Amino acid sequence: MVARANHWLRLFRVRALHLKLLRECWHLKGQILSIALVVATGIMTVITMRGSYESLIEAQQRYYNSMRFADVWSSLRRAPESLRERIQAIPGVALADTRVSFLATLDLEGLDAPAQGRFVSLPETSRPILNDILIVRGRYVDSSAPDEVIISEKFANARGLNPGDQIRVIINGRARSLDIVGVAISPEHSYSVPPGSLLPEDDRYGVLWMGVRALGPAYDMDGAFNEVFVKLSPGTNERAVIASLNDLLEPYGGYGAYARRDQPSHMMLQGELDQNKVMGTAIPAVFLGVAVFLLHLVLGRLITTQRGEIAVLKAFGYTDAEVGRHFLMFAMLAVLLGAVVGTIGGMALGRGYIDIYRQYFDLPNLQYRLSPGLLVVALLVSVAGAFSGAMGAVRKAVRLPPAEAMRPEPPARFTPGIIERLGVGRFLSASGRMILRNVERKPLQAFFSSLGVAFSVAILIIGLFMYDGVMQLIDLQFRKIQREDITVSFLQNVPASTRFELERMAGVTRVETYRGAPVRLRNAHWHRETAIQGLEEDGVLRRLVTVEGTVQPIPAQGMVLSRVLADRLHVEVGDWLTAEMLEGKRQSAQVQVAGIVEDFLGVTAYMNLAALDRLSGEYAVISGAYLSVLESQRSALYRNLKRVPAVAGVASPASMLQSFERELARNIFISVGFLVGFAGVIAVGVIYNGARIALSERGRELASLRVMGFHRREVATLLLGEQGIITLLAIPLGWVIGYGLAYFMVMGLQTDTFRIPFVISMRTYGVAALITILAAAISAMVVRRRLDSLDLISVLKTRE
Amino acid sequence: MNDGQRINRDGMASKPVLCATGLSKVYEMGEVSVQALNNIDITLHERELLVLLGASGSGKSTLLNILGGLDVASSGTLFYGDQELSGASQSELTYYRREHVGFVFQFYNLISSLTARENVSLVTDIASSPMRPEDALALVGLESRMDHFPAQLSGGEQQRVAIARAIAKRPHVLLCDEPTGALDVGTGRLVLSVLDRVNRETGTTMAIITHNAAIGRIGDTVVRMSSGEIVERQHNAHREDVDQIEW
Repeated sequence: MVARANHWLRLFRVRALHLKLLRECWHLKGQILSIALVVATGIMTVITMRGSYESLIEAQQRYYNSMRFADVWSSLRRAPESLRERIQAIPGVALADTRVSFLATLDLEGLDAPAQGRFVSLPETSRPILNDILIVRGRYVDSSAPDEVIISEKFANARGLNPGDQIRVIINGRARSLDIVGVAISPEHSYSVPPGSLLPEDDRYGVLWMGVRALGPAYDMDGAFNEVFVKLSPGTNERAVIASLNDLLEPYGGYGAYARRDQPSHMMLQGELDQNKVMGTAIPAVFLGVAVFLLHLVLGRLITTQRGEIAVLKAFGYTDAEVGRHFLMFAMLAVLLGAVVGTIGGMALGRGYIDIYRQYFDLPNLQYRLSPGLLVVALLVSVAGAFSGAMGAVRKAVRLPPAEAMRPEPPARFTPGIIERLGVGRFLSASGRMILRNVERKPLQAFFSSLGVAFSVAILIIGLFMYDGVMQLIDLQFRKIQREDITVSFLQNVPASTRFELERMAGVTRVETYRGAPVRLRNAHWHRETAIQGLEEDGVLRRLVTVEGTVQPIPAQGMVLSRVLADRLHVEVGDWLTAEMLEGKRQSAQVQVAGIVEDFLGVTAYMNLAALDRLSGEYAVISGAYLSVLESQRSALYRNLKRVPAVAGVASPASMLQSFERELARNIFISVGFLVGFAGVIAVGVIYNGARIALSERGRELASLRVMGFHRREVATLLLGEQGIITLLAIPLGWVIGYGLAYFMVMGLQTDTFRIPFVISMRTYGVAALITILAAAISAMVVRRRLDSLDLISVLKTRE
Repeated sequence: MNDGQRINRDGMASKPVLCATGLSKVYEMGEVSVQALNNIDITLHERELLVLLGASGSGKSTLLNILGGLDVASSGTLFYGDQELSGASQSELTYYRREHVGFVFQFYNLISSLTARENVSLVTDIASSPMRPEDALALVGLESRMDHFPAQLSGGEQQRVAIARAIAKRPHVLLCDEPTGALDVGTGRLVLSVLDRVNRETGTTMAIITHNAAIGRIGDTVVRMSSGEIVERQHNAHREDVDQIEW
């Protein structure tokens, strides 16, 4: 009977304590909510950014596998189909496939400028062995109909083309009308950039797949191929296969084999995914770190203010463990609330991210999927942060004997701090001294609070500086480097004298020619296939510009390399390289590195046009031209150029810039908005909690001042002045942290195709500071309302 | 005898400083209402030292709070000179406290981050014609402890700083809520003698709350409260010296 009663009593006791917990949580709902929100943002970034990265990787792998995406590619001039068996016989090659592929002009309705199509052959009787396509609308080509074509989805969407429509093309100088029977996607062309451009221009560049028996003869490729790709057996040495393939294709005009990592579309996708990985790791790490730090800070101070309550509980006979558990539950509640909000919000946001990626990447079946492992890790880290914060304070609180703990804390010890000893104190009012001494008395606490707010500034900087970098990039690329109005590229090299024909065209005011020559650059055992960009010696339309924006002249002799390329080849200025030309006479020659340019797009070698002629042994050939034109005659010029059969494409930096800015708007602004919101939550979390805790620690002092006739505003200045100092100290600290984080981010985001210049504008620093100050001001206003309703009478009565 | 002018101990006519008529205070605590004050009439005259006696819960603190502009009565009128405080706005009450009233609390309520001198400056900074903080501290005998922080002062010293802080702005009225409540007898007597001296030397009108009947003997007037009502008023023809009282 007695045991039973005790059992009930125990149950009751636990329930009463729970009740206390619930009531206190209600009382402190603002603080719990702000802690929960910080935890929620931490978990949300993990779930959103890391989760969408994992979803992308999974979709990419599934897509590559189902399309039998090749491991090694090579283009060549022409080889008989019989060579395929010898390729297949290379040790390590599991599967080999060949095809015919050409660039041709498209005659699109409503488009003055010439558009281009990449024509790719398909076997009519079966699906390709490797590099299959995924039909999203319509059907596969029929062997009996030579005019059937399948077009790439982005091109189809941009031009409003569908199965059943027709498209006019100029194949090998002959106009033909083709029947669109299907719309497809392929991992080779997820991201397809027209020659001469830097970005996709889906309305004027598409991929067109045709039956090999229809396409081959059109290009005099009957029974021959000009592209080969292979799938490697597991564990194969890729370099060895590439070397064998290069040897085998050498007599057939091979342009150099490359591995999947250098396949342009894959490289773009992988670059995006790598950036996503960096962002998806760095940002959640910062957020979760800040959330854990805040939990630690806020819970610790919160529990310290509960000193009296802890004493009372202990006086009633609660054990240290029970009291400790009580306060830990308090912490857990905030964490769990944050976890639930963060998980739900993160999943919703993750789906939103994936919706954006779906428009951007051709990844079929791209679905947001939350991996449970990820959630568990995020949760555990948050719980650990809450525990570590709560434990220290709880341990300190339960260590005191109840009688001692029930007595008020003795007056805090103060001494004039260092700032006053320096003599500044003389200029301060009594309230100024109060603020200063409170900050100086607990410098560590003030520092950590500042650090918390600093992270909000830093997060804003890493969110905003990307925009600075890209703006700088746009400025350099479109105002300093690409100063032409039109880029004309030819289907193959043409005599340099073609420039005179271009100059004669109406509306053309200046012509500068260029030549792009495929090459393999070799230094000892390091080598890389790239293109030498031959530019005119005193050209003004295209120049070499460094990341800093300075123009680097093209030397008369030797070669200038992109920094990334020089690093890959392990060469410095003055070193010699072997250049193996991959077209024309295919001669090899030694060339000296005359300069290294810190550029930010592509991996290129630059040469003086005349020096390139000597290197290749082919004189007076060009592969394209940069034109300045009269804007009024642009359309007419486009129409004229469209009629020249040798012209493969006409690109316009202006339209490139447009598509660039579209991409920018979609990507950067979304993530910036995301980060601004999160940084705001952090700033509010730190400032609001700091002020609330300061209010409960010093409420009595502040109420005394009110009794003595201080106005509400004056009292608010005292309390919030401290938070103001913390915020002001946080700003320069946040700038420094933000600078560091941004630097590591830029380093992590370097890819072969794309390097974001590391610039942080004054505007970014200013905006980051301003948003943080705004968040602090909002928190202060909320606390101010509470301060206004301070109970003055209770001050006279009791000590606590 | 309660209202209007009165002849003080120097034989001079003294004007009323605070005049309350029919003050009542009801606290609504959820569904229960508590009558803290019931129809109180009280007047504080210039230079008067009034001692308010009563057990805890008798309503003396509520009365002091209303007189000091910290709380407002549920009914009745309160005048400070010609100014009506019943029905004054929050900012008018703040101004009243800032300019005319000094408070001394049982637990001193000093600002721990400020020295004795700075605690006093806190008030002189915002008052219109204050004493020099040093003079106020000299008046309570703390000229040698001016640059000490509260944590470096004894309880009695802290309370004397609190008194210096309260009188430094030259208030018309000084209200003291159990000023000796947290102190031992010797220190308590020292604090009382400081208050007595301030009353005599500066002429500040003063009300002291205490539950200690012996202290009543130092006042001009002793008012005894019980259950929210005044049950006894007594005028001392002769104020006893603080040194002579025992408790």
